[in-house]
Amino acid sequence: MGMFSNRRRSSDDGSFRVVTGAFAALVLLAVAGIGFELSRQSMLSIRRFGMSFWTGTTWDPVSGVFGALPFIWGTLYSSILALLIATPIALGIAIFISELSPRFLRQPLSYLTELLAAIPSIVYGLWGIFVLVPIVRKLELSAPDAIRKLALFKGPPLGVGMGTAALILAVMVIPFTSSVAREILKNVPTAQREAAYALGATRWEAIKVAIGYGKSGIIGSIMLGFGRALGETMAVTMVIGNNPQVTASLFAPQYTMAAVIANEFTEAADDLYLNALVEIGLVLFIITIAINALSRLLIWSMEKRSSRPMAIVPLLEEQPAQ
Amino acid sequence: MSYATRRRIISRVAEALCALAVLLALLPLGMILFYVIKEGGSALNLAFFTQMPKPVGEPGGGMANAIVGTLILIGLAALFAVPIGCMCGIHLSEYPATRFSYTVRFAADVLNGVPSIVVGIFAYGLVVLPVKRFSAIAGGVALGILMLPIVVRTTEELLRLVPPGLREGALALGATRSRSVFSVILPAALPGILTGILVALARVAGETAPLLFTAFNNRYWSTNIAQPIASLTVQVFTYAISPYDDWHRQAWAGAFLLVMIILALSISARVAVRRLERMNRV
Repeated sequence: MGMFSNRRRSSDDGSFRVVTGAFAALVLLAVAGIGFELSRQSMLSIRRFGMSFWTGTTWDPVSGVFGALPFIWGTLYSSILALLIATPIALGIAIFISELSPRFLRQPLSYLTELLAAIPSIVYGLWGIFVLVPIVRKLELSAPDAIRKLALFKGPPLGVGMGTAALILAVMVIPFTSSVAREILKNVPTAQREAAYALGATRWEAIKVAIGYGKSGIIGSIMLGFGRALGETMAVTMVIGNNPQVTASLFAPQYTMAAVIANEFTEAADDLYLNALVEIGLVLFIITIAINALSRLLIWSMEKRSSRPMAIVPLLEEQPAQ
Repeated sequence: MSYATRRRIISRVAEALCALAVLLALLPLGMILFYVIKEGGSALNLAFFTQMPKPVGEPGGGMANAIVGTLILIGLAALFAVPIGCMCGIHLSEYPATRFSYTVRFAADVLNGVPSIVVGIFAYGLVVLPVKRFSAIAGGVALGILMLPIVVRTTEELLRLVPPGLREGALALGATRSRSVFSVILPAALPGILTGILVALARVAGETAPLLFTAFNNRYWSTNIAQPIASLTVQVFTYAISPYDDWHRQAWAGAFLLVMIILALSISARVAVRRLERMNRV
C-alpha cells in the first residue's frame, strides 16, 4: 500500500478541487447577487407602496404614483396565450421527430426547429413590426362586426397589440418546449411502447403510453417555455403597443413587465421611479426563478427514472437573444 | 364503423396533426429567413461595414461603429465568462455527483432562465450606478453573465465526451488529477469547447435588452470601454422603431448580418460536435 500512496498527489488533488470549486461557487454567487442587488435597489418603492404596487393600475411617473397591475396582467396574459398556441405545436413536433419521422429527417428537423431559438429577439421584433403587424391588421380589418363586438376582439384594428405579441411569443417558445419534450420522449424505455403494441395498441395509443410515462418531464418542458415567455423582452416590446391597461381584448395595445423596464429605465429621472422599475424586475426574477426551478426538478425526476443521462440543457443549446 | 377502424383512424389523424405541427413551426422560420435575406441582403453594402451612421435625412451611411462595438462587447463578455465557466465546467465534470455540483448545476440552469433584461438591471447596479456612467464594461458584464451558464454546461458535457481511456492512461502514468485534466482531457475536448464558446458568443451577440441601460448606445466612433458604446442590436432597435425608410433598410441589413453570424457559428459548432462524438465512438 505504502508504495502507491503519494502525499503530493493527494494534496494536489485537494487544491485542484478547491480552486475549480471556487470558480463554480461564482455561479451560485451570480444568482444570489442578482436577487440581492435587485432587492436593494427597489427598497424605496417596496417601502412606499407595499402591496398597493401590485394592485394599483395608475402608472404616473410625474406625480410619483406607481401601480404595476397592468404590466403584470400583460405579462401573464401574453405568456398564457402564447403557451396555449405553442404547447400543442411544440408537443406535436416532439412527437413527430421522436416517434413518427423517418430516420433521415430527424436530425435536420430538430436542427431547423431549434434554429427558431437561435434567431435573436430583435430580429423577431423587426419581422413583427414590418411583416406580421400588417398581416394581423389586415385580418383585424376583415373581421366581421359581430366578432368585433366580442370583448375578446374589441378595440381599434391597429395590428399592434396583445394578439400579435402572443403570436410572436408562441413562435419563440416552441423550440424550448419541443426540444426538451423530444429529449424526454427519447428517454422513455422502448419496452413501454412495445408493451402497448403487444396489447394491440395503435401507433397513437402507444405514443400516448410513452407520453404518460414521461408526463412530469413534459410538464417541465411546458413550464420551461412559460418561463421563457415571461421574460421575453424585445420582440414583445416592439409589437404589443406599450399601453398599460387591463383588458381581455386581443386587439388592444397592452404592456408587459419586461417591456416597461426596457422602455423607461433610461428615462427614469428620480430614484423612486427607478426603484419602481427595479421592483418590477425583482418580481420578474422571482417568478422566473421559481418556474425554472420547478421545471428543472420535474425534468430531473425523469432523468432519475431513465437509464441513460439526459442533457437538460441540450448540447450547445441555442437560445433567443433578447 | 368498427371500434378497431375508429381507433386506426384516430391514430392516423393524430399522426397527421403532428406532421402539421412541424409545418406550422417551419412556416414562421421560413418567413423570417426569407424577409431577412430579401430586405437585409439588398440593403447590405460595403458602406454598411465601413461608414458611420448618417444624420437623419442623409441617405447612406453604415454601422461601422456598431459592428466594432458588438465585437468589443462580446470580447469583454468572453473575458469574464470563459475562465469562470470553463473552471466551473471542469469542476462539474470531475466531481459530478457531489451535493455542491448538483447545486451549481441547478443554479446554472436557473441562471440560464433568468430574463436577460433582469441581468441588465443587475449589471446596471453593479457597474453603471457606482460610477454614474453607461459603459462598454457594464454591457460586457451583463453579456458575460448571460454566457456563463452556457459555457459551464457545454464545458461539462464536452469533457464527459472524452473517452475514459485517455483519462485512465494519464492516471496510469502517475499524473495527478489536475495534470490529467489540463494536459490530456481538456486538450482533447478543446475544439468542442471552443465552438461551444463561439455559439455562446453568437447568442449574446444577438442580445439587446441587457444593453439598453448598460452599454447604452453611441452615435460616434468609440473603442473606449469606460464609455457608452454602440452595438448592432441596439442600433437595429433604434432604427426599427424610427419613422425613416432609410433607417428601416439599415435595420434589416443589421438583422441580416446578425442572423448570418449566428447561422455560421451554430452550423460550425454542430459539425465540431459530430466529429467529437465520432471520435468518442472509436
